[in-house]
Amino acid sequence: MADNFDWANAADIAKAVASGKTTASAVTEAALTRIAKTNTALNAFTAVTAERARAQAKKVDASDKMKLPLAGVPFAVKNLFDIAGMTTVAGSKINRAHPAAKADSPLIARLEAAGAVLVGALNMGEYAYDFTGENVHDGPARNPHDITRMTGGSSGGSGSAVGGGMVPLALGSDTNGSIRVPASLCGIFGLKPTYGRLTRARSFPFVASLDHLGPFARSVRDLALSYDAMQGPDIEDAACVDRGFEPTLPLLERGVDGLRIVTAGGYFRKGASPEALEALGTVAKALGAAKEIEIPEAARARAAAYIITTTEGAALHLDRLRKQPNDFDPAVRDRFIAGAMVPATYVVKAQNFRRWYRERMLDIFKDCDAILAPATPITAPKLGQVMFNLDGVELPVRANLGVFTQPISFIGLPVVAVPVPLKPLPIGVQIICAPWREDVALRIAYALEKMGVCATTQPKI
Amino acid sequence: MAASPLDDFIAVAARTLDLPFDPAWQPAIKANLEVSLTLGAMVAEFPLSDAAEPAPIFKA
Repeated sequence: MADNFDWANAADIAKAVASGKTTASAVTEAALTRIAKTNTALNAFTAVTAERARAQAKKVDASDKMKLPLAGVPFAVKNLFDIAGMTTVAGSKINRAHPAAKADSPLIARLEAAGAVLVGALNMGEYAYDFTGENVHDGPARNPHDITRMTGGSSGGSGSAVGGGMVPLALGSDTNGSIRVPASLCGIFGLKPTYGRLTRARSFPFVASLDHLGPFARSVRDLALSYDAMQGPDIEDAACVDRGFEPTLPLLERGVDGLRIVTAGGYFRKGASPEALEALGTVAKALGAAKEIEIPEAARARAAAYIITTTEGAALHLDRLRKQPNDFDPAVRDRFIAGAMVPATYVVKAQNFRRWYRERMLDIFKDCDAILAPATPITAPKLGQVMFNLDGVELPVRANLGVFTQPISFIGLPVVAVPVPLKPLPIGVQIICAPWREDVALRIAYALEKMGVCATTQPKI
Repeated sequence: MAASPLDDFIAVAARTLDLPFDPAWQPAIKANLEVSLTLGAMVAEFPLSDAAEPAPIFKA
């Protein structure tokens, strides 16, 4: 662990704060200094909550730190999370006219109750309709491994802030891949929990049928620590389930013996670059996952997710489209207007298909515990890049970065995205598990981390 | 060049649904709608029984 905690994990920081080796206030000041220094290059933060952070750090220092699993851990949130006293912009210009939030998102409150310290809000694609991490109003978040490249989106600032060492922990949202895509391109770990597991109350929505919230970190232990701190029912979110606390941290070290791990073939190999396949192969080999399976109708699942997304998103923003069309990012506006014109019959068919597809996936999990698949088809594209070439075929970047994540979030399966540190750029692999088995996905990710197969690498910025 | 049926649909839908529309946006809206309609048709052609219904609140 570095003495200055600049690249320290959340678990190490909490341990050092609890033992008195350092204080939450010192860690917070160091984080604020780091953010001020690094954000000019990465553009990950859209707001820094320095005053609030110092107050929370003092509170942590004055409390029984041994009881706080995240004592003094700095974290930041995608700017669609409500932060009391601040306007929730959700990457937009339009929402800047909204009143300030009256209360924090419950996930922020739960992390702070565990001793964490909120240091700011993070850049994102407008209204989360994005896989690139670019934003016309705030400028793009930049990839810490090459600042001329995309972070992936829409939680681009979250990927950049954690991958760039500004904070050890961040929260993002994932509707079609917006945690897993930036985790892959920025070379960090990301957890998209089961749909309905973590409350989405007091976060700005995008697609109610598909929205999830979850953490980014540089270690699997930190994902588990933060995820465990955020679990729990919430009547404010209609989709949030009333399940008991199912801790994952105590199960991390159980290893992978006895787990049946397979690799997704077919759709999940077609369209993957050599780097994506190399990363998948490396992870599969380390886990002894020799068996390959075919997920049925994955392309149709992606199509159905696309239809639900564009239509529910259009419905959410209909009034804003009518009243302030010129205040949107034009690319987002045009997608929403098109979404408003999609026949409702397709939407109902997509929702009906969702149930069929869910049943098939649950059948698959009768014979396996986890499925491995690429997280993104390619490593980070250049900022502004519109097309990429794969096997001689030109494909649009924006639509295809989420091609492997969409069929999974479509039915809400839990996924840990793990980074494979290829050179010159990292790329992620998805560990996909049955509903409510975040513990299994985290166990496998932890084993890969211990084997040295998956890791975050510290970039030079 | 005559407008395609989709061009006509976009123009009529924008007026009927009271959606904002600027001719300069037409190519992008059309491109997005073409993708959506292609994917929507792909979903709709999948055979499901009449008993297949969406969940009011989806459970994973």
